This record gives sequence, C-alpha cells and structure tokens, in this order.
Amino acid sequence: MKFAATVPPHVRPRTSVTRVMGEVLLALVPATAAWVWFFGPGLLYNMAIAAGVALACEAGALALRGRAVLPQLQDLSALVTAILLAFCLPPLTPWWITATGAAFAILFAKQLYGGLGYNPFNPAMAGYVVVLISFPEAMTRWLPPTGATLGAWETLRFTLTGMLPGNLGWDAVTGATPLDDLRTQLSLARTVGEIRGGELYGLLGGRGWESISAFVALGGAYLLWRRIIRWHIPVAVLLGVFVPAAFFWLINPGAYPPPTFHLVSGATMLCAFFIATDPVSAATSRTGRLVYGFAIGVLIFIIRSWGGYPDGVAFAVLLMNMAVPAIDHFTRPRTYGHAG
Amino acid sequence: MSRARLWHFHGGLKLDSRTARPASEPLLEIPVPPRLVLPLSQHVGQQAEAVVSPGERVLRGQPIARPSGYVAAKVHASSSGTVVAIEDHPVPHPSGLAAPCIIIETDGLDEPWGGYEPLQDYCTLDGVELRARVRAAGVVGLGGAAFPTAVKLGAGAGLKMLILNGAECEPYICCDEVLLKERPEEVLAGAQVLLRALEIDRCCIAIEEDKPLARQALEAAIAAAGETRIEVVSVPAIYPEGGERQLIKVLTGEEVPARGLPPDIGYLCHNVGTAAAVARAVLGGEPLISRIVTVTGGGVARPRNLQVRLGTPIAALVAACGGYTDEARHLLMGGAMMGFPLPDDSVPVVKATNCVVVASGEDIQPRAPAMPCIRCGECAEVCPAQLLPQQLYWHAHAGELDRLDEYHLFDCIECGCCDVVCPSQLPLTQYFRYAKTELWARDRDRARSDLARDRFESRRARIEAEQETRRRRLEEKTRAANAARGDEDARKAMIDEALERVQARRDDDRADDDK
Ligand code: SF4
Ligand code: SF4
Repeated sequence: MKFAATVPPHVRPRTSVTRVMGEVLLALVPATAAWVWFFGPGLLYNMAIAAGVALACEAGALALRGRAVLPQLQDLSALVTAILLAFCLPPLTPWWITATGAAFAILFAKQLYGGLGYNPFNPAMAGYVVVLISFPEAMTRWLPPTGATLGAWETLRFTLTGMLPGNLGWDAVTGATPLDDLRTQLSLARTVGEIRGGELYGLLGGRGWESISAFVALGGAYLLWRRIIRWHIPVAVLLGVFVPAAFFWLINPGAYPPPTFHLVSGATMLCAFFIATDPVSAATSRTGRLVYGFAIGVLIFIIRSWGGYPDGVAFAVLLMNMAVPAIDHFTRPRTYGHAG
Repeated sequence: MSRARLWHFHGGLKLDSRTARPASEPLLEIPVPPRLVLPLSQHVGQQAEAVVSPGERVLRGQPIARPSGYVAAKVHASSSGTVVAIEDHPVPHPSGLAAPCIIIETDGLDEPWGGYEPLQDYCTLDGVELRARVRAAGVVGLGGAAFPTAVKLGAGAGLKMLILNGAECEPYICCDEVLLKERPEEVLAGAQVLLRALEIDRCCIAIEEDKPLARQALEAAIAAAGETRIEVVSVPAIYPEGGERQLIKVLTGEEVPARGLPPDIGYLCHNVGTAAAVARAVLGGEPLISRIVTVTGGGVARPRNLQVRLGTPIAALVAACGGYTDEARHLLMGGAMMGFPLPDDSVPVVKATNCVVVASGEDIQPRAPAMPCIRCGECAEVCPAQLLPQQLYWHAHAGELDRLDEYHLFDCIECGCCDVVCPSQLPLTQYFRYAKTELWARDRDRARSDLARDRFESRRARIEAEQETRRRRLEEKTRAANAARGDEDARKAMIDEALERVQARRDDDRADDDK
C-alpha cells in the first residue's frame, strides 16, 4: 500500500493569526460597552469608520502588491488596528479625522513596510500620533462622563458633518480628560488633593475612566488566560508607570497624583494589555519584553508629568518600537548548553 | 538516596497523549514472516559488512553482518532460513532511498544458533567483558536513534549516574510503557548489568507521571530484588522530555555542553528498552533480533504493541493489528512529532523502529497556508534548546547562512515544538532541517575549495623555492668564473654558465606552462 508524504512535525499548529486577533477583539467587548455607557455611542461610530477605512486600505494595498486579498483580510489584523485606534480617539471625532488616522496606520505604518509582521511601529499608535499632531484641538475635546452627552443621532450627525447642534457650543458639550485637567490645574498652583475633589474624579482616577480601565484590564486577564499574550509586557508596563509615579508621589504628594491614579487614567491599561503587547512591534524575548514594557511605562509617566501631551502612551510606544532591534539584540536568550 | 527536587527544562509542550488504547492492550508477539529484510545499515556510523552469501542457511541469532568500524553494530539473523539475496531494498529512512539488505527466506523452524551462551550471574564478568558481550549482541539504542550501545558504554571513568530513559513523550509511542508494565524485571536486570559494565552504583529511571502502572510495576520489581542503587523518578509529561539533554536538565539541573555529550558532565543515558535488550543479550545470550513496536493511529483497526522480529515488513505488523481502516492516509515511522513518512509498507522493522503510526486524515490534517511571522515569540517560549526559531526562520528564509550559525541553528533538535505553537502556521522545523543541509553543503564546498587553494599555494611556493636555489647556484658559478677569468679555464666556465642559463630558462618556461 502506498501513502501520501507529510513532513514532521505531523501535529498541526493549534492556533492561527485569525484566532489570536479574534480573541483580542473579543477581549475588548466589555471595555467597549463600558465606554459607551459613560461616553455615549461616539466610539461605535469611530470604530465603524476606522474599520471600514482600514479594511479598504488593506485590501487596496494588498491588491496593488499583487497579494491574495481575501485570505489576508481574514487575519483580522487590520480590524484590530482600527479598533485600537478608535479606542484612542475622543467620542466626538469628525469622520475624516478617524479616516485619516486609519488610512495612515494601514497604508504608511503597515503596508509600506511590507504588511503584517514587517511593520516596526505599532500601526494604531502611528495613526493616532498623526491625527494628534494634525488635529490637536479635536483630539482634546472629550466628553464629561456625566451622562450629559449628545444623543445617538446628534453624535452621528457630528461625526459625519463636524457640526454641533445649533444651540450648543463646545464648552457646553465637552471637557478635558482627567489627565489633561490635572495638568492644567497643577500649573495653576493647585494641589493634587484639591484638584481631585472635583466632579471629574472618581475613586482612583477619573470618573468613568477608571471603570473603563477596569474592563480593559478584565479583557487583558482574559487574553492572559487564553494565552494570547504573556504576562511580561503588561506587568512591566504597569510597573514602569507605577514605580516612578510612586516615587514622586511619596516625595511630593501635592504636586504628583498617586500611582494608582496613573494606572487607571488615560490609556495606561489599554497600553499594557492591548497596545504594547502587539507582537509585531514589540520585543520578543522574555527579558526583552520586560525591558520594553518597563521603558514604555516610564516614558508614559515622564510624558504625562513633564512632556507636552497629557497622555504619553502613543509616543512612549513608538519610541520604544524604535528601540526594539537593540533590545532584541542585547536580550538574546542563552541557548541550551552554551555558556552564559 | 532520595531526590529533593526536579528541575525544569525551558519550553516544551503538553501534547495530548494518544497512547491510552494501544497501551492498554497486552503485548503480542507476532509470528516470523516468510521473508525477513535486514538492512546492513541500521543506525548512524558505518554500514556493516555481510558475512553470509546468498544460498547459505542461517540460524536464529547467527551473525550475518559484522561491523566495519568502531561506531557500528553487528546484524544477526532474526530467524532461521536461507539467505536468498543481498541487494538494495526500500528501507525506513527519511531519504526514502533503497539500501543494501540481507534477505532471508525463513523456514518456520526458528532454529537457534547457540553461539551465545546464557550467563547465570553477570557479576562473574567485569566491565570490559560485559561490554564485549553487549557489542557482540549488536545492541543499539532502542529509543529511536539506534546508536551502538557498546560505544556509549565505553564512556570511560568519572560517571556519576546512569539514567534510564522511560520518559516517552511522543504522543503516539508507548512501547517503553508496555515493556515496563509487562517485563519490569528485564529492565531492572538490564540496569544492573549496565551499572556493572560502567563500574558505577547509581541509577535513576525516569518515567513520566502519567504512566503510574509502569512505575508501580518497576518499583515492585526493584523492591522484590532488594536493589538499593536504583531509583525510579516520576517526571512531568512534557514533550520533548525524552530528549536526553532535556531529561538530564530535569533530573539534575545541569546542562550538557552544546558541543559535548552527557558523559562530559558525568551522566550516561540509555533507553529502558535498551536496558532490557542488554539484559536479554548478556544474561539470556540472545542478540538483538526483535523489539517492541507500537502500531497505532486512526488508520489501523486495533492499535497495540507488538514484539516483532527485526526485518519483518511493516505490512505484517498492520495485519497483526487487524489491518488498515478506511481512514489510513499516511504511514510514519517514529512518532507524530519527530517521525518521518514512509512511502509504502514493504519496508522492514529495523532496530530503530519504535513506532509505526498509520495516520488518518484526522490524525494529520493538511497544513493551513503560511502567513507572515507576527513575531509573537511563542516559538521561543516553547523551544527546548532555548533558540529563537523566529530569527532562525528569518535568516533561513533570507538565505543568510552565516547568521544561522550565529543563532545556533545546529542546536536545534528538530523537536517541532515551534511549529505546533506558531499562529502563522510556518513550517519552521522543515526550514531548519533544510537550512542545516544547506550549511553542510556549503561547508563541504568550502572545505573542498580550501583544499584546492592550499594545494595551489604550496605548489607555487615549491616552484619559487626551486627557482631561487637555481638563481643562487648560477650567481656562485658566475662569481667563480669571474675570479678565474684570464685563466685557461675561463672560456670553459663561460660556456658552462651560458649552458646553465639556457637550461634554467627552459625550466622556467616549463614551470610557467605548468601553471
Ligand atoms: S524544532 Fe528546533 S527551533 Fe523548533 S522548538 Fe524544536 S529545537 Fe527549537
Ligand atoms: S511562533 Fe510563528 S509567528 Fe510567532 S514568532 Fe514564532 S515564527 Fe513568528
């Protein structure tokens, strides 16, 4: 009897890129729900626009490069980029800003480098930084977590036209994020204690924000449990934020918020579990990931405390993306049986 | 002697064991087939030389091929009959090529040769004599690599411990488990002989913790014999723990140097099946003519373990297990992780045949198309050699052979762990195997051109040296001639000089032509 050949190992891979990306998307569902609860449906519109543009750009680029379009779209990586980008944008973002970010992320940060697996920078963060620099004002217009938001229909109209309902001005609708507010107020010589008494703040961080962070962390725990990500980067990022934050807070609690505030504010949790863990642009060895994550955390703290932007996540990640080849080089594991 | 702790080796995988069914069946000895096909080369090292010729009658256990070098083993007739041919026949080898085999038509009498005496008490022989008996019996490692056992036993002084490897971690293989369950005394006796042959008194037998029955049987045998030098250790069931480098790490926490062997750090590993074969050979006077083979997979009706004469065609094994099912798609020798495919079932069982997997389409699914590497690093997490498969893949893909060396490609044990976890479905192991052959080929080419260059350069140096001596000789003669000018001989000297010059020029021309 004759048999068909096959090559060892004959056991097939247990997972796929599609599954990895799919689990990431699934893990973001609770955080998305919490977000909509606090800040209204703007996120969903942003997600839809970012996803549409990202997929279209990915398909177009793949077609231009003569690749099989459908199988590669199914890897869901463009979708993950789009969703993460949407998570970073304020709920009231006109569609062209979202579209610019998504298009840049896919076309420039990903496909120009050769597509999935070849991009040195995190595409979502690259896209976000482009719109942050291009549309600085729009990027600071967040909604207050008080429920006094625009309705679904009005939000959609704003997203599509960039116009607020006639009777409302920006001041009536939007506010700063807690991180932003804290910066401004600190520069007015108020103390952290006084500032955090305001209605923008909750138990640990900003109202709403801290809950969303909790749900993001829950999603992260799910990814850890499913072994989609390993613990090294999340723990290192959180430590990287926590350690310097605790140090400065202990020295001068009036001028520096407590470390827990940093952990649950802005995109810290999202960064720790979903952004810095993007495998393609992260360091690869265990030690490398600890270094990479910790440095991102420290950079986040530095940019928040003394830099020009209220939240430093995107810059911290992109800066460390640049350092990845060096980190990988210096943290190569010792091969079995080879001396130190 | 009690063990405080076990260590971990890096990486590895928990694989779903598929051995429950075959391991629960009793061992079955199958009849001698009408034709035995015994390859002359059954392991690494030199091919054996046939000492019989076609037409000759041979008896069970009679040597039919002798080792032609140090790293080699005898081949014995595995039953009585007539040698009908010594010719090329398909053999189980990854290359798929045919190789020289001795083919015996059996006579059903299974008449013993009687050239090897059983031994009542192994303690009457010393290490050297015991090793000689092992060597004469053609015993090789039965774990799959088939390295001649006597060569390993010559490891020399300074050994701390003998390790018997019962950590079968391939998901389909259970021949050692069944051996331990059914014939623990044989393994124990083998361990005792090996200890004496090595002149040490410490042995550790590692059994995976998901095989409690095997462990209990062995422990009972040890207790009954009152043997205190031998300890059984349960090790976690993690693939590829059966690799000796991994097992040594788990048991001792020490690492075998990359370019070294276990004896360099005081350990010697043998498979438990090898130990049993040593016992049969040394005590029973039975050379290695049969072994236990696991026959399993969705393509065979009744998976089980068989005691098989070497040289039996795989088809006979499958028949003894109830034949093929409709699901039979692939035939493998060795396990599902490291085994290789066989093109057809006419190939014989050899000393290295620990397992035959008749895989169904469900056992081995087609590979999904490969995606680009997403640098997830999972491959590095599971690599027991602590390599960076992802980097190796990158450089192999780009054909950067020098970088492969730098990333220790040759430390890859081809265990396949990286493949199994790669979400991008990259056939990493295949790449590494291919890259190794490329590197070997390059080194061979390089050695060849180095040799050619050396030859060319030494020849040039020789020619230059010759010219130099000639020139000097000429100078001296000229000087002598000048001094003698005016003498009667002056003219003669000048003629000599001219003649020399002509001769020299002619030599030079010839040397140039040679170039
Ligand atoms: S096949 Fe080689 S590279 Fe892959 S896990 Fe095994 S030893 Fe490591
Ligand atoms: S497991 Fe596959 S995708 Fe992940 S780093 Fe290794 S080679 Fe790349």
